[in-house]
Amino acid sequence: MPEFVLTVARFGFLILLWIFVFTVVGVIRRDLFAGARSSRLVAAPRGVGASAGPSRPAKVKRGRAAHQLVVTAGQLAGTRITLGEAQITIGRAEDSTLVITDDYASARHARLVPRAGQWFIEDLGSTNGTYLDRAKVTGPTPVPLGVPIRIGRTSLELRP
Amino acid sequence: MTAPAVPAPTPATTGEMPRVRESSGRRNAELALLVFVMLLVLAYAATVEATALDTITPDFWIPVALVAGVFLALHVVIRFLAPYADPAIVPAVALLNGLGVAFLRRIDLASADAEERADLPIFSGVGGRQLAWTLIAVVLAAGLLIIVRDHRAVSRYAYTLGLVGIVLVMIPAVLPSQFSEINGAKLWIRIGGFQIQPGEFAKLALVSFFAYYLVRKREVLSLASRRFLGIDFPRGRDLGPVVAVWLLSLLVLVFEKDLGTALLYFGMFVVILYVATERVSWLIIGLLLFFGGAFLAYTLGASVGGPFANFYQRAEIWLDPFAKPYDDGFQMVQSLLGLGTGGLFGAGPGGGQPNKIPLVVSDFVFAGLGEEIGLFGLSALLVVYLLIVERGLRAGLAVRDSFGKLVAGGLAFTLGLQVFVIVGGVTGLIPLTGQTTPFLSAGGSSLMANWLIIAMLLRISDAAGRPVTGAAGGRVGGPGGGGPPAQLHGAPTEVIRS
Repeated sequence: MPEFVLTVARFGFLILLWIFVFTVVGVIRRDLFAGARSSRLVAAPRGVGASAGPSRPAKVKRGRAAHQLVVTAGQLAGTRITLGEAQITIGRAEDSTLVITDDYASARHARLVPRAGQWFIEDLGSTNGTYLDRAKVTGPTPVPLGVPIRIGRTSLELRP
Repeated sequence: MTAPAVPAPTPATTGEMPRVRESSGRRNAELALLVFVMLLVLAYAATVEATALDTITPDFWIPVALVAGVFLALHVVIRFLAPYADPAIVPAVALLNGLGVAFLRRIDLASADAEERADLPIFSGVGGRQLAWTLIAVVLAAGLLIIVRDHRAVSRYAYTLGLVGIVLVMIPAVLPSQFSEINGAKLWIRIGGFQIQPGEFAKLALVSFFAYYLVRKREVLSLASRRFLGIDFPRGRDLGPVVAVWLLSLLVLVFEKDLGTALLYFGMFVVILYVATERVSWLIIGLLLFFGGAFLAYTLGASVGGPFANFYQRAEIWLDPFAKPYDDGFQMVQSLLGLGTGGLFGAGPGGGQPNKIPLVVSDFVFAGLGEEIGLFGLSALLVVYLLIVERGLRAGLAVRDSFGKLVAGGLAFTLGLQVFVIVGGVTGLIPLTGQTTPFLSAGGSSLMANWLIIAMLLRISDAAGRPVTGAAGGRVGGPGGGGPPAQLHGAPTEVIRS
């Protein structure tokens, strides 16, 4: 084998190795930023971006269906559930969709039900109640994007 | 009560379309990466033969093709059984495993005679055995994916698994030395020419047990505590069983003279405890205990000897490898010289002399590879390990149940710690303790156990990425209207709470 071919093979292998590493990082990056982009859109209406104008957040809210349920506070903070067609049950019972180990949560605390593209929160007779932002939930209540649902010390939000 | 305005309803189907695409997109990315990996390993094998033999034998591609076939089979299994699993894990592991097989075959080539080299049988030598073990290990991983359809089902057998873990760790200590001792470490079962290292499999079992127990007790552990010296200690009775398991495995391991594995179990235990209770005090206690124990073992080894003499000797070699370069420090010196010869870009695949390093097929595989692919290649391999661990931790973050979080976090951390312990030892950063380099070192037990760990991580990352629909979730519904939950009908019952 000529020396030249061997040298090309030797360095070519190292370069390919690093190309592989960066390809994997690229795949992972797509995965990471798929979640990050949606949370930025939601954060805008509630935070600093709200001063930009009242029309923009409204447009964001109306145009999008909720695709994710994100736990923003409590022991499960950071957990994301991708929403489908099925209802989501929340409580301490192990067969809930979202099992929260919160001292103030009941075994079957509340549920989120989709109806014609809109998600409704419904309290299932919990001891300490479910709150949508600051208001106590008494019947099925539509949940807008980015408004916190509070159960005990846990806080949940719908995100696009 | 201020019910906000109802946004315009969107058709229910719009939500489903991108998610179907998302799962098949992930699998296609995985397939593309796998093909890339196999081409990379093929290029490595060809370069090795071109450099070492000055010609490329006509059947150099057969081992790579066999490995590629079994990885593709695993990919198909994942496509059907874990479609939402992380796309980066399998290709990254496949790269390490493929390079490991090719490198071990290269060691065989170097030690074979000139006439044997031309047609080395495929399943002969260390490389051939590693190839066979790879095929078995990947089939085992696929089997785990087939049997365990929901990682939460594992928690039902947690106590059994804990017992199995302890028994696996204890078997070699109880067996007479002739059946269990290799190179001074009693951690094998040897029957005839066949040998397995049961401690490797204990990792998965013990992590599952710790995770289950701590999920049950995490509230008690983090709430009912006594404050002492500014740190909250839990009550003894809450922690009793876990500490008992840990002490037992640790005692057995010291008795088996394998401190590297003891360190691994200790780190695993502390980190799962930390993840479960969210208390930094556990990390502080763990690190203090570890450094105190290491210092004590060092001083005891210097004065008393006995079971600590081994550790003292290792520490002395670490402090000055070149003190006795032909005696105690021989392994370390050869390893460091190999890495030094490799330099930045290495001697090229097949261009080095890895046979000069003792134990190059098991403990020092990283030094042997380093001589040929250099710092540039080794750091790529380390980044690949880092990515695997990161994806494991990510699966733990994203999954919805606490048991899955603890298992994924514990397994991913254990894998990372093992890489740190052995690579740190080989490069002289920390005292060397005999561990296998996951997926690279020769050895069936290590390969099978690590592939099982990867299968478990895949299962958990699949559960994390899976959208909650009736068919997939299987655990929707509840009392309070809406009729009986149809999805629960026929679903496996799961009894977790007592």
